[in-house]
Parts: sequence; structure tokens; C-alpha cells
Amino acid sequence: MNDLDQLVAQATADFAATSELARLEEVKAAYLGKDGSLTALLKGLGKLPPEERKSAGATINLAKTQVESALAARREALRVAQLEAQLAAEALDVTLPGRGQPRGTLHPVMRTLDRIEQLFRSIGFEVADGPEIETDWHNFTALNTPENHPARSMHDTFYLLDDAGKVREDVLLRTHTSPVQIRTMLAHVEKFKHLEHMPEIRVICPGRVYRVDSDATHSPMFHQVEGLWVGESVSFADLKGVVADFLRRFFESDDLKVRFRPSFFPFTEPSAEIDVAFMSGPMEGRWLEIAGCGMVHPNVLRFGGVDPEKYSGFAFGMGPDRLTMLRYGINDLRLFFEGDLRFLSQFQ
Amino acid sequence: MQFPESWLRALVNPPLSTDELCHLLTMAGLEVEERRSAGADFSGVVVAEVLSVEKHPDADKLKLCSVNVGESTPLQIVCGAPNVAAGMKVPCARGGAKLPGIEIKRAKVRGIESFGMLCSARELGLSDDHGGLLPLAADAPVGDDIRRHFDLDDQLITLKLTPNRSDCLSLLGIARELSALTGAPLLEPEIKPVAAVVADTRQVVLDAPASCPRYCGRIIRGVDAGAATPEWMKRRIERSGIRSISFLVDVTNYVMLELGQPLHAFDDAELSGAIHVRLPKQGEQLLLLNEQTVTPSTDTALIADDEKPLAMAGVMGGEHSGINDSTRDLFLESAFFPPSAIAGKARALGFSSDASHRYERGVDFELQRRAIERATQLIVETCGGQPGPVVEAVSAPNLPERKPVRLRTARAAKVLGIALAAERIESILKGLGLSVERQGDDFLITPPSFRFDIEIEEDLIEEIARIYGYDNIPSQPPVARMAMMPATEHSRTPMSVRRLVAARDYHEVVTYSFVEAAWESDFSATHAHGVVPIVLANPIASQMGVMRSTLIGGLVGTLMANRKRQTERVRIFELGRCFQRDAGGGPGTGFFQPLRLAGLAAGSALPEQWGATGARVDFYDVKGDVEALFAPRRLDFVKAEHPALHPGRCANVFLDGRPAGVVGELHPRWVQKYELGTAPVVFELELNKLLVTPFPSYVEVSRFPAVVRDLALVVPHGQTLAPLLAGLRAAAPAIVRDIALFDVYHGKGLGESEKSLAFRIVMQDTQRTLEDAEVDAVIADFLAIARRDFNASLRA
Repeated sequence: MNDLDQLVAQATADFAATSELARLEEVKAAYLGKDGSLTALLKGLGKLPPEERKSAGATINLAKTQVESALAARREALRVAQLEAQLAAEALDVTLPGRGQPRGTLHPVMRTLDRIEQLFRSIGFEVADGPEIETDWHNFTALNTPENHPARSMHDTFYLLDDAGKVREDVLLRTHTSPVQIRTMLAHVEKFKHLEHMPEIRVICPGRVYRVDSDATHSPMFHQVEGLWVGESVSFADLKGVVADFLRRFFESDDLKVRFRPSFFPFTEPSAEIDVAFMSGPMEGRWLEIAGCGMVHPNVLRFGGVDPEKYSGFAFGMGPDRLTMLRYGINDLRLFFEGDLRFLSQFQ
Repeated sequence: MQFPESWLRALVNPPLSTDELCHLLTMAGLEVEERRSAGADFSGVVVAEVLSVEKHPDADKLKLCSVNVGESTPLQIVCGAPNVAAGMKVPCARGGAKLPGIEIKRAKVRGIESFGMLCSARELGLSDDHGGLLPLAADAPVGDDIRRHFDLDDQLITLKLTPNRSDCLSLLGIARELSALTGAPLLEPEIKPVAAVVADTRQVVLDAPASCPRYCGRIIRGVDAGAATPEWMKRRIERSGIRSISFLVDVTNYVMLELGQPLHAFDDAELSGAIHVRLPKQGEQLLLLNEQTVTPSTDTALIADDEKPLAMAGVMGGEHSGINDSTRDLFLESAFFPPSAIAGKARALGFSSDASHRYERGVDFELQRRAIERATQLIVETCGGQPGPVVEAVSAPNLPERKPVRLRTARAAKVLGIALAAERIESILKGLGLSVERQGDDFLITPPSFRFDIEIEEDLIEEIARIYGYDNIPSQPPVARMAMMPATEHSRTPMSVRRLVAARDYHEVVTYSFVEAAWESDFSATHAHGVVPIVLANPIASQMGVMRSTLIGGLVGTLMANRKRQTERVRIFELGRCFQRDAGGGPGTGFFQPLRLAGLAAGSALPEQWGATGARVDFYDVKGDVEALFAPRRLDFVKAEHPALHPGRCANVFLDGRPAGVVGELHPRWVQKYELGTAPVVFELELNKLLVTPFPSYVEVSRFPAVVRDLALVVPHGQTLAPLLAGLRAAAPAIVRDIALFDVYHGKGLGESEKSLAFRIVMQDTQRTLEDAEVDAVIADFLAIARRDFNASLRA
């Protein structure tokens, strides 16, 4: 081994013995610096005879390259070590909880209304709305329920007092969302009166309704969703198709049993109650009353300004509170109106 | 309408099981609401004869009986009943019998073996009578199972009838329907006129013929008012849910149940002169059978004699003219009162009766004579008596009309969405007892007198659908022309607003629209302006007596309830209507009913977590929520007063210069009154203002560098930000892109009555790089304005 080899070996050993980057630069200076040993050898080349200069130069330069690459390798090794140390020092407990504001919730019944809206929008229904203090005319008369009609006793109606403390007979808290049918038809007919063929009416009307009733299964205020489809050839078979389709989609259950049972409402004829039966779960096999529906009564169409000879339609009304209870397995209607955050926060 | 299955099957007996029969009725619109056995659940009890009774050697009150239960050897039974006697027939539960709640086993009673138990009515769940053993008829066959003996497996069926089907408020009506549904023959009871034995009559005068177009009356002399009701009749009416009272009363109820015709029996001795059906005289009063004294309204028909009112027509009899145990002669009434004359009359007095229930829905107006003959027949059979002739008064023009209704086969097929042949329709309608006249493919249908629900074509289409079977109508996806639904970018739905609020950690609640009156006076701004709340006439409870004009009350109430459940951090919102009187008339109702969105936040700003300060939610947190809901539109907040809110921490919210709501901390007064502990911050916003969303309008993005300068101003402590910021904005040249407050400081280094407001000002031009000189000029200009208009100085 000649001197140069020894020098390279020494430099490599010196670099390896250095464990800090700053120190490494100092060690480097001893070889490659202005006064470094390799630099001195290169400077000494001029003193050699010209015929030796070339080969000696090549040998020294080779040694220099070897020292430089040993330095670079050591530098890189130290950088990696330093980064690793830094990363180790910066390590977090990733199992600590994240910070910030959680999300709130929609009321479970609103989740249901949202789904109902989406499902009906997908077949072209719009969403309509109406007042909750309603006229007696819209709530009863225009829905083919004249005064003293026995059907009025089916609804226990909230009335208001006038300024003199007497009961007002012209207004009430709506007992169902059906009056929105009338408002929708009147507005629709007015809007399209210039056309010979009125476009179809397809709306659902969700909202609060009121009846004088309060126990575990009745609340004096609850929700309803009204549906209305009026067109030139809307039939009872269509009604069955739409409602059954909706219920299966809503409950995400293709084997849900749906039955239509003759019933009576003053504002539809023929009328039906809709029962469903689940094929599994706690309610398995039991018929559960879920909605009322029927073909819109010709008198109601007339009150809505629609010619019953030219147009027919169906309407349905269902209770989203009950749909919500069935869907999530909630057993007490009152939970919806008590605002208990322990209950509400479950519906993320 | 409740009745025993056995009675229905006596009138029509289709080959169907009870389950099938109930399903058929339900699917025909006569919903079977309940079905149960007539007797309680027990077994192993037979008819037994007590052969001998001896004293128990070791117990004074017990007896040793030898009982024949139809086996070769009598049973020895120890019995404690006071009425046990040799020769009587009683129910006997043998060893192994199961009674409601107990199982009978062979046992030793005071040392003597007993092989069964003799039963009282209560032990068998037949009645509450526990006075002694239930005595059975002397001819009861020994060994016969008691369930069979009393027909206790008979099913009691309860129908939930819809108001249009008054014709099914009788066994005959239900039987008629069942016959139409199954084709099984209808076995109507044989009703023959009972010939008059005496000539006595009372004249009947229809003074108010519109209220009573038909009235049949008959005197029956010499009845035995004490006669016992035959067991079969008693069983039928009791199993139909009507208490047996006395034979004469039971007969009227029996005929009502059987045929649907309410009857009334007067004590003829209490009547004087003719029977009048008339409207009441001024101030006339009547004591009813339910001991209620009423002053009938002027349109209420009364049954009266020449001197006095006797009964409220079609609703209830009078106390003084009714029959009792000493009645010898009776006057029987069988009348038709049209629905319009009876509807609402009982309800107005706060009760309902079997008669009014039927009359207001519609009673067959050709049934009266048959019903009075049927009742007479039953009365004479059981308690004797000499009937007089039936007096019938009729006002034909006032009887209901039965106009022919036209039915088009094509129309029925179109409405129902099925192919229907005229022949099928014809057979369905004939089966229902309608008079059918066919004209090609169309029909003229005349409804019978017992149907009050067939007036138009749709009524007939419904009948066809019912009998055809709703199940047999296909469930088909509808066909319609496709058109895309509008999808606007200029507004959003209430549901999307809900989602936005929920995303900011608020939980949605639904509270009642009717609230405590105190909530209105405490929390409502309209109430504070002297507007009287809207009061319910019939609230469910006094604390739900007025319609809310603000959502704040419901939120505070919800906070209270959650605090009681130890939930400290409460963030809730509600989207709902508020109600105000509207002098302008409102949309057709005279009330202003805006939808509002309100929120409430209480407790810590963030849920308890590591690395957070745990600071309580304050005005600015909630204001930030409100701003986020409206973003990117900019709101103005103006210091305001509101009865619910802290006067120094309350702002009205304006959008484009129009009121959009209010935000503020709850007034300490209410924090104390409602025991809330710490003050929540609330907001209430007009929903319609939240539904409009701005359409994004593009502004060119500058490629030249922005210059950012900070300007810290020292101002008097009372200086509010808004006017200062507005002053700076007004003076800003086009290159100023944004002026944002980034720090508020009060404390060391400043005077006691000073604070510092620091702004970050961003300047940029779209066409060129700004020069230092023009940037400096803007800042100098801002400082000058702040000095001049707001008494500000540059913070050192």
C-alpha cells in the first residue's frame, strides 16, 4: 500500500469517526481544504518532472475523488441520521383524539322528510307548502267535508279565539296537510289557464298538523306528508304503483308487503288505507296502518278549479313520524318533541 | 260496531273460517278492529249436579259435596260457597282444569280430599259476581263442557266502520254486505205484521216534517215490565257490547242491533194527547235520561205530547216519560230523522248515543214499520200485552231522494286503471242490492233506501272496486311525459339550510307551535310591541295555550329540559312557523305565518377536549355561525333591544338593508327565572332571507403581486367597529381589495379608555405592479380619515 492509499483510508476512517455534520466539514478541510493534505500534494505536482507529472497527477486526482466520494457518503449518512432523529423526536401520539367542532344532526323526522322528498323528486314531484293556521274552507269545506259532516268528528280540531274571547269559526289549526292540495290546484290552474292542456300537477306537501289528542301514540302536533298527482289519465292502479314503490324504496325492502284496503275519506273516492307488513324484524308479519289515499273526489277537483271530467288524480297522506318510528325502531312518539339531546344526537 | 260471530252466521253463513271471514270484511272496507272469544280462557269445566251436601268435619264454613259430572262415580268436592245446595246445577272444574290464573289439582282441604272445584261466575271470568256458585238451568245437561254450554268460543268481532257505511251499523246490514261479497244467501229474520188487539192509538203530528218525515207509533197495553229477557237475546245484546237492563229496553236495543232502526219506548201513562214532532219553544228545557237538563237549540227536533216535551228526537229520551218496572202500557216509537236534523246535536251537548250515532250517518227510511212490527212481535212473545194498530205519519216530500246515478263502464275502467266488462259491473252492483238499469255499456243505478253514500258516479266506482277487490287491481308504475325538474342556483331549500346549521354543530329540535303565554311575554318582540298573542280556544293544556310568535321560547324550554338531564353543552336549532295577527289579511287566513330559523348555544364553545381552552360560547361565536349561514353575502349588525335579550349584547341583523333577524345573549333576567345557570346565546332569522343564494359573479384574478399593510389605530374605548370600517371602505380607492380587522387590544400600553383596532389592508391592481408611493398614500389617507372622523391615532 502506497502513501496515497493510506491517505484515502485515513480520510475515510476520519469521516466515519465524525458524527456531526459541522465537524465533518472541519475534518474535510484537513484533506481537501486550502491547506489540506491532498491539496498540498496537488500543489506539489508542479515540482515534479514533466514526464512524471501526468501520471502522478492522475493518481492524486483519483485519490481526491475517492476522498470526496467518501465524504459525500458520510455526509448523506449523517443527514439521514439527523432527519431520523428529528422525525423520532417529532413523533405524535396518533391515538389522541382530533380537535374541533363535531357536527350536529337533523331531527330524525326531518331525515325521513328529506328521504321522502328525494324519492318523490326522482319521479318528478315538487315540494309545496301551506299555512298552518288555515281557513275552515281550505281545511274542510273545499275537501268535501261540509259543516256537520260526520267526518269532521274524525278530527278533533284546535280552534282560535277572537279578540272578544269568542271561538272563531272561520279559521283553525290545520288538521291535515290536505288543504295544500286545494291551494296547489288553484295556483296551478291559474298559472296555466292559457293552455288547453294543463301540465300535470305532481307535488308533495310536508308539514306540521294539529289535533286535540295526546298520549303515547298521539301528539297534539305531528307531521304529515300529502301527495297529489293530477293529470289526464291518472288511475287507481297508478296510485297503487307509486305508493307501493315509494314504501319499498323508503324502507329499502323489496319484499315489504303493501296492501290497500277500502276506507273512507270525504276528499277521495275510491279511498284506501295502506297497510304494510315487514318480512323480518320485530314487526314481522304484522299489518301496520301507514297512510290513507284515494282518487281525488270530483268535488275537491272542482273546488281546486280542475274539471273532473277531463282530469283525474290521486292523493295520499302519510305520517312521517310513524315512518320514522318504524324505520329506526323508535317506540315512543313523544321522543320527537322532547328535544332530548341524548336521543337526537344519535341521528348523525 | 261489536257483535258475536254466531249472530252474523245466523243471518248469512258463507263457508269461511273466522279468520277468512274477518279478512274478507277488512278487505271490503269493514275493518275488523278487534276479535276475541266471548269467554275468558279456561278449560276442563263441565255442567255438574250437586247430589248431596254435608258439613266438613273440621271446618265450619266448608261443606263436603258429592257431585255428578257425568261419570260413573260422583266426585267428592270440598266447597265454601254459601249457596251450595243439593240438587242445584253448577259449573265444576275438574282436576287438571285451567281457570283464568289458576290450575285445579286434586288437593286435601282441611284433611279431606277434594277432586275439583265448584265455580262462581267470576272464577270463570264470566262476570264480576262472586256471591256464590253460578247456578245453571235445571235442564242443563250434566257433563256438558261449560264453554259449549255458554257458547264461550263464539268470537266477538268489532268493526271500525267508516262514517259512510251507516248501513252496516246493524247485523242485517253486515250480513247483506257479506252475502254480496260471497254469494251466500241472506237469511233475513221473518217479520210479520202483528195484528192489533186493542184499538187504542195516539195521533202523530209532524209539525217539523223536515226533521222527521216518517214516524210510526203504537200502543201496547198490559205488558209485564218485570219479564226476564230471554237468555238468547240477553247474550246477543251483551255480546254486542250493550248492557242488559230490562226486557223492554233490551228489545229496543235488540231490534236496533238487528235491523239498524233505533226505537224508543215511552210509558204511555205519562203521555197526554197526541204525539208531536216539533221544534222547541222559546227557552224550553228537557231532562234527559242521562240526567242532563238541556235547553235544545232552535233547530233541534223534539218529541212532545200536547203538554210537554218528551224526548230529544233521534238523540235521547226524556227522564220523565221513559219506561220503568211499573210500566203497564207502552208507546213504541220507530221514526226516521234525516242526518241533517241530527248531525252534531249530541256532540254539541257533549255526549253521543247509539241512536244519534246511527241517525246522523243515515238510517234506512223505509225500515220503520218493519222495525216496530219486529219489536212488537218480540214483546208480545215474551211479556204479553195487547198491541194497538201502528199509526204512521209520513211527509213524503221530506223523505230522502234516491236519484238514479249514471255509471259509464269506460269511466270506471279509466279511473281504476283496469279493463272492466259491463257484465262484471252489472253483477257486482246487483249483488249489492242496487237497482240496475243497463243502457248499452252504461248503467242507471238507483241506490236503495239503506245506502246514504251513493250519489255520484265515483260512489259506484268505489263500490265496484271494493267488490272487485283492491288486491285485484294491479299496482302499476305510472306513465308520464318526462321533463326535467328545474334546478336553480339562485335559491336553496329549507332542507339544505338545515344541513348547513347541523354542520355547525347544532342539533335540530321540533317544539310545539303552541306555547305558554309567559314565553310570549318574555321572549317575543311582537308581544313587547303590544301585539296580543293568538289564543287557542281549546288548548290541550294551559301551558300550550297561545300560538308562538317567536321560536326562542321553545329553544329555551328545550335548554331547560336538557339541563335537567345534566346535559351542560346544548346547541340546538329549530326551523318552523311563527304566528302573528296580520292586519293586512295575510295569505287568505288573516295571519302572518313566516317560517323562521332559530338557534341556541349554551355551555362551552367547543366540546370538552384536550388542547382547547373550554371557553364558554359567546356572542361572537354565534354571530360567526349566523354570518356563515348567510355567506358569502355580508350582513350588517346593529345594536338593538329585544325583550328576550341582554340589552348590551343584542343586534338586529340586516341583509341588504332589510331586517333578517336578531342575535344576542339571553337576558340575565330570564337566565335567572328559567334557572339556566349560564346565559345561552340565541339567534332567530327569517328563513326566506336564507333561501336566496347569490349567483357567483366572476371577478378577474390579478397576476400582479398584492401588497399587504397593517394599520393599528388607537380609538376611544366606546368606538364601535362598523362606522370606522365603513368610513375606511368608503374612502378606499379601487386598488384596495380588502380591509379586515385582525386584532382588538385593550390593556397595557394603552390608556384606560382606549383600545386598539388593527386592520390588514390588501392592495392590488389587475394591470400593473403597485408602487410604494401609492400604497403609502392610501395608508396615510386612511389614517387621516380615522383621525378626523373617529378621534383615532396611530398605535406606536
